[in-house]
Amino acid sequence: MTGDGAAADRTAGRSDRAGAAAIEIRRVRKVFGSGQERAVVALDDVSLTIRDNEFFTLLGPSGCGKTTLLRLIAGFEQPTAGEILLFGSHLEHLPPHRRPVNTVFQQYALFPHMTVAENIGFGLMMQGRPKREIDETVRRMLALVRMDDLAGRRTDQLSGGQQQRVALARALAPHPKVLLLDEPLSALDLKLRKEMQIELKRLQHETGITFIFVTHDQEEALTMSDRIAVMSDGAILQVGTPREIYDHPARRFVADFIGEINILPAELLETREASGGASARVRLSSGQVRLARLPDGPVAAGRVNVAVRPEHAGLQPAGEGAALTGTLSNVVYFGTGTHYHLELDGPGGEGGRFVVELQNRLGAGADHAIGARLGILLTDGSLQVLCD
Amino acid sequence: MADRTLQTTAPGGKPAGRRPFDLKRQTGFSEIAWFCLFVLYAPIAVLIVFSFNDNRSVTLWTEFSLRWYRSALNNQGIQNAAMISLQVGAVATLVSTFFATLAALATTRNERFRGEGLVYAVINQPLMIPEIVTAVATLALFALIKQLTGVGGIGYLMLAHTVFCIPFAYMPIRARLEDMNLTLEQAAADLYATPLQVFRRITLPLMMPGIVAGAMLAFVVSFDDVIITLMVAGPGETTLPIYIFGQMRRGITPETNAVSTLIVLLSVVLVALLFFFGKRRR
Ligand SMILES: Nc1ncnc2c1ncn2[C@@H]1O[C@H](COP(=O)(O)OP(=O)(O)OP(=O)(O)O)[C@@H](O)[C@H]1O
Ligand SMILES: [Mg+2]
Repeated sequence: MTGDGAAADRTAGRSDRAGAAAIEIRRVRKVFGSGQERAVVALDDVSLTIRDNEFFTLLGPSGCGKTTLLRLIAGFEQPTAGEILLFGSHLEHLPPHRRPVNTVFQQYALFPHMTVAENIGFGLMMQGRPKREIDETVRRMLALVRMDDLAGRRTDQLSGGQQQRVALARALAPHPKVLLLDEPLSALDLKLRKEMQIELKRLQHETGITFIFVTHDQEEALTMSDRIAVMSDGAILQVGTPREIYDHPARRFVADFIGEINILPAELLETREASGGASARVRLSSGQVRLARLPDGPVAAGRVNVAVRPEHAGLQPAGEGAALTGTLSNVVYFGTGTHYHLELDGPGGEGGRFVVELQNRLGAGADHAIGARLGILLTDGSLQVLCD
Repeated sequence: MADRTLQTTAPGGKPAGRRPFDLKRQTGFSEIAWFCLFVLYAPIAVLIVFSFNDNRSVTLWTEFSLRWYRSALNNQGIQNAAMISLQVGAVATLVSTFFATLAALATTRNERFRGEGLVYAVINQPLMIPEIVTAVATLALFALIKQLTGVGGIGYLMLAHTVFCIPFAYMPIRARLEDMNLTLEQAAADLYATPLQVFRRITLPLMMPGIVAGAMLAFVVSFDDVIITLMVAGPGETTLPIYIFGQMRRGITPETNAVSTLIVLLSVVLVALLFFFGKRRR
């Protein structure tokens, strides 16, 4: 893998470029409005490197600054501070029409006075390509998004999914270096959404274009992305592969935002470096000591929070050196598995709740009654220390 | 216990269940509607009918004839007045629509600026101030300018018309621009269109129905104007309404009816054009 900061060789073939930085965002800050009260800090000191050929996802709750980041890359907004580089060259002072970056807008923004084919060909026409090439590319794009027979339709006579595909084809036709997608699937119903997720992955694979995809749907992010950046309140909290983000969240917000997770107070005892990442021995509230993985960021000494996924924990009889003990308060069956909700024993009586997820096996009945006292099985490595 | 389903289907009785409020079902609605339509269109109907009357009287029908149309179309005074009206209307429409378009772009496609409210007020001023005041003020100013420069001509009338047409042209254009999604223009810029291309390929075609509506409105308003024209128009600058107004003082003739009918026809054609143009674009 090439270094992140390395300037990409623009003339090199795609295979050489793979892994190079497509977009570099360096300490970008964006403030809307002015004055003490009205200023909104949409992005605060954001740094990010997106590699060429990557399906990169920006994930975060509403208002965290995802759209703002895309608009800065596209050129519709200017950063208050910081730099944005595309394959090593500065973008900040280029107007949108001179950036080799295309956008799929959240509401598609198809031109209502043009046909499907005219919409798709618009970018190429503005680039001054010859008519023959435009027609040829439009035909290819229509085939790519499976819309061949609708070329002459007006865009207001299309279904939501069809509009979405036209928007995609229109943005792909000029073969941009980077494609920005702002929640393109949010207006679709569940079934179409699943179909389009697969279609998007296919398109990204076939075109080899770098995709920057915005969503607030964690499942969508996990299934589609090569890497994910989790954002909150104008800051990027963690960047990693879906597996890293899911299994090893570094921050409490990330852990909470993606999937279900148990968070426990613990005491950090000693840290050790290992090839698979740094780990530490932590003492849980029950007094039991386990090995937990350390996050990349700085960790406060002493009291920390550790996170455990429900499916990474198990149940065992109380006592016998169980990591924690508690009382079963609820059992929720959901087909492939069952959630066991426990009230933990704590020093003051209230130790918090803990959820264990067990896979269901055919023929096995529920073997724990509500009110039963149970131990929680936590193996070394199932725990993740959080930075905050 | 009352059975609602039974009640609502009771034979002979009116449906008793609660239904959503519907204005059209209120008593007297259709009567009022017909009355309003009658008051609006009966005078025009009478006017049109008597324009085809062979008789000189406008209250006594004798026989169908086109003689008043013939005489109106051959009347030199009417011809001249119509020509002046068309000239003034065309110039006022073109110029006012042009400036109204610029004003609408500036007030919707820019960042908000200080004093934007004041700009609206200034643009819409002719709608707020009684026309007679504007007329007197314009007359006074133009008299001053004429005295100072010694330049006369129909330009003054055209200028006055242009000014009061601007707010009428401005309103539909602005409404159209405000309806228009800004992201369309951004999408075009994203697809390598320069600002000028964005305007030519996206903004202008999409705002065209607004511009056409504004222009038609401006033309009708200019064509229709009496008060300001009466004050500002010099000798030989008699517009059609002023001519009709002058004739009326000598009594209504079927010839006046015929001219008026032609004007009605013109406005119907304009409205129909506007309608079809709007349909095609939407
Ligand atoms: N033009 C603007 N003027 C003022 N504030 C803005 C502007 N655009 C965005 N903001 C603010 O910046 C913050 C980030 O907005 P942004 O649109 O980037 O959020 P988002 O992550 O895309 O949210 P969503 O998921 O709802 O689309 C919000 O607090 C928003 O109110
Ligand atoms: Mg957004």
